[in-house]
Amino acid sequence: MTKGKKFLMYLFLIIVSFISVFPLYWMISASTNKSAEVISGRLIPGTYFIENFKNLMASQNISRALGNSFKYAIILTLISLVVSSLAGYGFEIFHDKAKDMVMSIILLAMMVPFVATMIPLFQMFSKAGWLNTTIGFILPTISTPFLIMMFRQSARSFPHDIMEAARIDGLSEIRIFFQMFIPTMRSTYAAAMTITFMNAWNSYLWPKVIMTDANSQTMPMVVANLTQGYVTDYGMLMLAVLICTLPTAIVFFCLQNAFAEGITGAVK
Amino acid sequence: MSNSSKKLTLDKKQNLTGWIFLAPGALLIFFMSFVPMFRALILSFKSGTGAALNWCGISNYTRMFQDSVFIQSIKNTFFYLIIQVPLMLIFALILASILNNKDLRFKGLFRTMIFLPCATSLVAYAVIFRSLFANNGIINLILVKLGILSQPYAFLTNTWSARIVIIIALLWRWTGYNMVFYLSALQNIEYSVYEAAKIDGASPIQTFFKITVPLLKPTILLTAIMSTNGTLQLFDESVNLTDGGPANASITMSHYIYNISFKYVPKFGYAAAMSFLILILVAILAFLQMKVGDKRD
Repeated sequence: MTKGKKFLMYLFLIIVSFISVFPLYWMISASTNKSAEVISGRLIPGTYFIENFKNLMASQNISRALGNSFKYAIILTLISLVVSSLAGYGFEIFHDKAKDMVMSIILLAMMVPFVATMIPLFQMFSKAGWLNTTIGFILPTISTPFLIMMFRQSARSFPHDIMEAARIDGLSEIRIFFQMFIPTMRSTYAAAMTITFMNAWNSYLWPKVIMTDANSQTMPMVVANLTQGYVTDYGMLMLAVLICTLPTAIVFFCLQNAFAEGITGAVK
Repeated sequence: MSNSSKKLTLDKKQNLTGWIFLAPGALLIFFMSFVPMFRALILSFKSGTGAALNWCGISNYTRMFQDSVFIQSIKNTFFYLIIQVPLMLIFALILASILNNKDLRFKGLFRTMIFLPCATSLVAYAVIFRSLFANNGIINLILVKLGILSQPYAFLTNTWSARIVIIIALLWRWTGYNMVFYLSALQNIEYSVYEAAKIDGASPIQTFFKITVPLLKPTILLTAIMSTNGTLQLFDESVNLTDGGPANASITMSHYIYNISFKYVPKFGYAAAMSFLILILVAILAFLQMKVGDKRD
């Protein structure tokens, strides 16, 4: 490659990276500045962080929303990983014609848009008394076709002879799953965990439908509430956005490599 | 004889174990996707408010084609789909094939930075973009300072600019996500293929179209279906970035269905009929994409 072309390539990457990072940098710097300074275009971090924090705590119940979001997302992720991986494993390891057919029906569920199930789910859940509850939040997304497909794909690489050996040694099927499959599929679990936690944390439409009570609101809902006023306090707003973004960013950074590995397994 | 019957029971036992393993997941999908979908279909032939519902035939379906806001929401959603999805997938492919270059330095850093937007929640990035493009936001400030604009432009309250801001925001949020899928798939391709192409004197553009695109076809199909599906269901951006405005000019189908169901007097039957139309659209588009994906083999 010629020098000029190489230069253009790096320039392109730098511009794209800048565009990707700038809004996030702006969010962080705005959260440390007064709203008036943000509006006047100040881009360097300031010293107003503590004030913004106090204002935010006074205007919204952040700790409650954070607590709710963590509770819903963690419980959903744990249950979802067990249920979906059990199903994916079952579909692959014990596969026969009937199970393959059930799997293709399940894959059809991927096409069902959430708005098409939202209203009946709302009716069913309000009848069951599940509005404003954790079970109401988690039930529709515990088992997803995508995760089942991902685990089914990874179960394909689970060595058969080791499993046979374990069976001959008298290990029960459920113990083979928990003691052998889960430890060897760590990267798939990490990817699935990242995806599920992020989706749970970020979900907005479903909580907006069933979390009718202020006590059960999630962090994204609180952030959305903050934009409703006539005058926007940018410092405070961006601090709320930052708080809402940090947990998913941390999960993502811790599991980034495993995530890429797990995705590679899923698209093979 | 006894041996074979023993084997048979073992097979049966294994078969049953399989069903037990997959039952919780399969049943949940049945009750949380298929049952509600079927109930939505029934609901779409009923009308009324709240719990008092009566059969009304297909009037919900005829009504939505006279509903100018719904028609606008279909147009908007398809506008986002037709402009944003191809642009995003092309950008993602180009970025992935650049980042797959073995000689590139700071590869990990670039990849992380470009993927970074995916770590933000949908509400969070919608709010960030709403602030960036506000009348007193930083974009207007820069454009005025550079002399491109003489006074701040109301990006979010003008019809076309509001739609374009949504597209820019979507591109920002999802390009890196799709890029990771392509990068993963590219790693499955032997790098020697590229080196051989180079030795044979293929230009980077030829390599891109003759090697990268054909080999990535299954992944491109996967991302195209996922993005189409996601775009047809856009909600968070429409609500938090433009609030559907100005005057429903940027509202999406899901946003309008939400408003009909939960914001004003709930009309569940009508909303269910509209949501069923989305379901049919998703199915048709996925089917078309799979057909196109098959053909080029």
